[in-house]
Amino acid sequence: MLCDDCKKKEATIQITQIIDNQKMTLNLCQKCAEKRGFSSPFAGVPFPLAEFLSGMILPGPSGSSAGKKGVPRTEKEPKCPNCGMTLSQFAQRGRLGCGSCYKTFRTQLKDLLRKIHGSDRHRGKIPNLPGVQMEYLKEERKLQEELKKAIDEEDFEMAASIRDKIKNLSRMDPFGQEKK
Amino acid sequence: MFEDLVKKPAAWLSGEGENSEIVLSSRVRLARNICAVPFPSVAQSGEREKAVSFVLGAIQKSSRLASGQFYNSCDLSPLDRDFLIERHLVSPEFMKEGNSKALYIGEEEKISLMINEEDHLRIQALRSGLEIKSAFELADKVDSELSSSLEFDFDPDFGYLTSCPTNVGTGMRASVLIHLPGLVLTKEIENVISQVTKLGLTVRGFYGEGSDVLGNLFQISNQTTLGKSEEDLIESLEKVTLQIIEYENNSRNTLYRDAREQIEDKIWRAFGILQNARVITSTEVTNLLSAIRLGLGMGTISEVSLSTVNQILLISFPAHLQKYFNREMDPNQRDIQRAELIREKLKGTT
Ligand SMILES: [Zn+2]
Ligand SMILES: [Zn+2]
Repeated sequence: MLCDDCKKKEATIQITQIIDNQKMTLNLCQKCAEKRGFSSPFAGVPFPLAEFLSGMILPGPSGSSAGKKGVPRTEKEPKCPNCGMTLSQFAQRGRLGCGSCYKTFRTQLKDLLRKIHGSDRHRGKIPNLPGVQMEYLKEERKLQEELKKAIDEEDFEMAASIRDKIKNLSRMDPFGQEKK
Repeated sequence: MFEDLVKKPAAWLSGEGENSEIVLSSRVRLARNICAVPFPSVAQSGEREKAVSFVLGAIQKSSRLASGQFYNSCDLSPLDRDFLIERHLVSPEFMKEGNSKALYIGEEEKISLMINEEDHLRIQALRSGLEIKSAFELADKVDSELSSSLEFDFDPDFGYLTSCPTNVGTGMRASVLIHLPGLVLTKEIENVISQVTKLGLTVRGFYGEGSDVLGNLFQISNQTTLGKSEEDLIESLEKVTLQIIEYENNSRNTLYRDAREQIEDKIWRAFGILQNARVITSTEVTNLLSAIRLGLGMGTISEVSLSTVNQILLISFPAHLQKYFNREMDPNQRDIQRAELIREKLKGTT
């Protein structure tokens, strides 16, 4: 079997994943596997992010969609105030520059994360944070779960009242003040 | 460097732990970044230095990490680097170019920390056998201890923030290294891989020459890191792994019933070659050890222990072999020295 990337050498590594509900199998030669980071039986598992990003609703390097509106893409493009990364730089590199990038590109990342993980919401560990933030997160997570339950049970009156509570809570977002 | 490590078998390949005839090892890795410092790939070298000293400071405050060793990557020779990669203590990515990287290796190699790989901090826990839960518990405790003196990048919606969006959320990748000769020989493996990937897990097989899987070894890991808790991700990996072990055992029973002589012949020939070879490559050793590991699991062979099999596997890797003999060797010399060392290790086993 020939390598899927270079189509020249014999494939020596096979990787199978389900991505966006589609099974994907890659057969790679040693060299191309290394390029993608799949180098040894013991290495970590990288993810074919490039395929994803190319399908993401992102401006191309040339900014093809910008022409229609007559606005140069480079001026319109969001840019991380902390590290200076732009959305198209991220699309090319597949790596973000700092924690603030997640705030700057929140909307676009939400779509991407839903595709990669099937979710855009963390449900795992919460780090040791100052008391107020911890209380806030716990309360918010509790309300989110209640909301989900209410919707599942089609109790829309309850759902609406929980949504109000969440809205109230987000007005006093303790994370909102600590700009980094 | 690492002379003390090379002489003793790695704790995560001790052959201990649950189902260790089939599951060689379990690993849990957590990705973390330090708040207000740019991620390593875009950080200036001063900022990368800052990340190193922050983590070093946190390690010194942690009682759990009191007895390990700290290394700067610039002090490591190319051979040291390959050695650490073979021993799973660092990732190949970690040893690629780039300065201001550092490494911490905990007592008995159960915990290792990579500083300034793709993220500021990668916490890794390694255990022998099917021990994903206990590996997670250890990594989790180290994470909590470090986070009392480090503020990690965390977002209420997205969880722990990572350089690559595929790691965001829990930042956790849990994996098992599993030996599946029965499923490969009965050609059920494709089917099993197909089922497993549908459950949100990634499977990797490694092909040697032709279509034979190198050592019949596979790595199974969680594919997604966001939207589920660490406990749920671990539980599903463990459940699926137990299911695969059952399939593997069923395949072995089928083989034993339908082709007992052929299988036993394969196992004993492998043993004979390892006991007598004068020149042998690392790939050949990996494949022969697969047959012996199968023989141990099926009770065909008892002349050698699982821990010896694991020890030979590790010491046969090129950098381990050179570290063991404390000199650099070309591939031909290595093949000769490897054969000799294996004969030595298997002496008195018959
Ligand atoms: Zn290739
Ligand atoms: Zn940024």
